[in-house]
Amino acid sequence: MASLKELKDRIGSVKSTQKITKAKQMVAAAKLRRAQAAAEAARPYADRLGDVMASIAGKVSGDSAPKLLAGTGSDQRHLLVVVNTDKGLCGGLNANIVKAAKLKAKDLLAAGKQVEFYLVGKKGRAPIKRDYADKITAGFDTSTVKLPGFEEAEAIAAELLEMFEGGKFDVAHLVYPTFKSALAQDPTVDQLIPVPAPETAADSDAVVEYEPGEEEILEELLPRYVKTQVFGGLLEREASEHGASMTAMDNATRNAGDLIQSLNIEYNRRRQAAITTELIEIIAGAEAL
Amino acid sequence: MALHFELVTPAKQVRSEDVHMVVVPGAEGDFGVLEGHAPFMSVIRDGAVQVYKTEGSAPEEIEVRGGFAEVGDNGLTVLAEHATDAAGE
Repeated sequence: MASLKELKDRIGSVKSTQKITKAKQMVAAAKLRRAQAAAEAARPYADRLGDVMASIAGKVSGDSAPKLLAGTGSDQRHLLVVVNTDKGLCGGLNANIVKAAKLKAKDLLAAGKQVEFYLVGKKGRAPIKRDYADKITAGFDTSTVKLPGFEEAEAIAAELLEMFEGGKFDVAHLVYPTFKSALAQDPTVDQLIPVPAPETAADSDAVVEYEPGEEEILEELLPRYVKTQVFGGLLEREASEHGASMTAMDNATRNAGDLIQSLNIEYNRRRQAAITTELIEIIAGAEAL
Repeated sequence: MALHFELVTPAKQVRSEDVHMVVVPGAEGDFGVLEGHAPFMSVIRDGAVQVYKTEGSAPEEIEVRGGFAEVGDNGLTVLAEHATDAAGE
């Protein structure tokens, strides 16, 4: 049976754990607000780019379309770009992303395709390595920067485009968490390369002049679109990480509180029992005289 | 008689205001955009976008990299991967 001192130490240790989880929760809440603002700020750019892409892509005919839009003509080799977080303490977020990625990989493998992984973020490495150790081609480390920005997205996209140009894969999918709320982050799988043909916008009849030409512009815009997609994925990841972390830490703080309470009751009961025993001993001793 | 000018980067919306004229460094030469410009799309080379708030005023220069300009019914929109505001913010 644990002594009084042991119980007291235990309470102390749970209390300090609670302090940590509480601090982490508050940090996550503050960071979440910032990440959400960043995601919000990135939206106009992505929207505009999407609009422009849609209006041009409709005008460039099938044969002359660049490879990034039309694809390589085969869909044998798939690349899964999995965006995970760099830090833990965010509940089941990473587990869910990895699960979605593995499910997609299983589907593709069952359909007779080849699958390879490109990993962004630290936390996806170990669980994916367990099942597909020989299929991880490359990765990108985002843990060196505090807040992944457009530079990181550019670097990732550049590497992916280089691999695509080099004929390393035919189709790339981006697996990332979509931030719904602090409680829900859904893992999402989106096709990244070839760029999915945007729905043709209701084209206005206005004659638009292009400089240099439609194809050249499209050629210029497609890599930019890929970058923006990756950037969006990173931003979503950031918001999801902090949201999930906030929820997980809130739960942890509450659990620690419950544990402290029950330990305190146990401690007080034990103390009282000890006092009672002591009193009985004294009284018994006094009576014996 | 104002041209609606928007400058958007992935990080944020840098500008959204009504101005008199904007001179954009297009891939095939600089071009100025006034109100009522015909629909137009162009790739921008890296350089400074000059914003004239009013007629005859000194231009404000904004350095952009990796840009793209679109002129439509709702004014001029410049999409840039990087933009450095000379005024600083």
